[in-house]
Amino acid sequence: MAEVKLLGKWPCPYVLRARVALQLKKVEYEYLEEELGGKSELLLKSNPVHKKIPVLIHRGRPLCESLIIVQYIDEAWLAAPSLLPASAHDRAFHRFWAAYFDDKLSPLLTRLRNGERGRANEEAAEGVKLLEEAFVRLSEGKGFFGGDEIGYLDITIGCHLGWIRVTERLMGFKLIEEAKVPGLAGWAERFCAHEAVQGIMPETEKLMEIFQLAQIHMKRSKR
Amino acid sequence: MAEAEQVKVLRFWASPWSFRVELALKLKGVPHEKVEEDLANKSPLLLASNPIHKKIPVLLHNGKAIPESLIILEYIDETWTDNPILPKAPHERGMARFWSRFIDDKCVGACWMSCWTEGETQQMFMEQARACLRILDDELGGRRFFGGESIGLVDISASFFALWLGVLQEVAGISLINGEEFPNLCRWIEGFVASDVVTECLPPRDKLLAVFQSKKQAILATKSMVY
Repeated sequence: MAEVKLLGKWPCPYVLRARVALQLKKVEYEYLEEELGGKSELLLKSNPVHKKIPVLIHRGRPLCESLIIVQYIDEAWLAAPSLLPASAHDRAFHRFWAAYFDDKLSPLLTRLRNGERGRANEEAAEGVKLLEEAFVRLSEGKGFFGGDEIGYLDITIGCHLGWIRVTERLMGFKLIEEAKVPGLAGWAERFCAHEAVQGIMPETEKLMEIFQLAQIHMKRSKR
Repeated sequence: MAEAEQVKVLRFWASPWSFRVELALKLKGVPHEKVEEDLANKSPLLLASNPIHKKIPVLLHNGKAIPESLIILEYIDETWTDNPILPKAPHERGMARFWSRFIDDKCVGACWMSCWTEGETQQMFMEQARACLRILDDELGGRRFFGGESIGLVDISASFFALWLGVLQEVAGISLINGEEFPNLCRWIEGFVASDVVTECLPPRDKLLAVFQSKKQAILATKSMVY
């Protein structure tokens, strides 16, 4: 039995977070693809409270919630790179911006994908501008929020880049545009090109297909 | 000799979120100054320290600002290492974080909305709230605290249930938390509020009741929990 298992679904950016963290730490794991639209017995047993992926199972003990899993990976496998920064203050900063992304920006991206415009566009532009400022401050001239290497905040935001691109296509509008947010634009390319991310990040085309299929399915079920 | 540390908490006396921060500092024996905020007229210091959310609590440590109560709790645990509030082992730490997030993301909101809605909507929220409380009750089991023998991150996160929920359900005229359905939680509440450190930090129940009674109409209109 594999010591480390990860239950996930390939389009899910939260699952990607766990995978990138495991790849960065060079942890061998068995990836178990859940059926889209279904929940396996193992998933329901391992995450009875939320019944959601990702779930990391290490030596038979499950852990849920992507950011909690990423912190766990950092604490259970102490080999470099450290995913969270060394100082308590910097750690608080990373956690703050990760929470900001999950609580404010990610739901906003969903609303934009579902067709909301107007004020939502403005909020998104403001949010991206704040992230640009955070990037400039936290990266201190280096390539990632985490410095020289991908860290917790890079993983939090970076794993959503595929879906950010889907949103941009649907909006006909670039959220991460070099002219407006040069720091983030450069960071996004570096993140996607990183060896821990390449090969596991789903292609934007495939995410677009999945999204469109889901929209059709939703419209049919409303009739 | 090390320079004296400056620790301030921007807080609101009736807030369960700033209570969390003060309790953690008290548990660790960290001297700190409480800076009371008028939430209808937020100070320049608060607005400068938490420009994104403009909310309390904010911890100011030697001038550095840390907002968001759960983030502050982790910061406190990492900075002052006596009397740890998070467990040592990675899996236990992960579970403590999981339950704290469960409390914040699911439980508190369901309990709050149960108080201020009506009819079928209220029934729906009350069912959600009960389901959450049942999950917490099961998770606690026969343990004295969620943290085991001593107060930990999850206990601190759950402090809303120890005082605020009882007050809110009285103001709203509903019954959510009760000894029959949630015996473990009710036992935990008794033990939690009776502990010395907690008693020193908790706001007076009658004052809390009075403030929520007076704000009832305003809350009913907006349902907002925003501090």
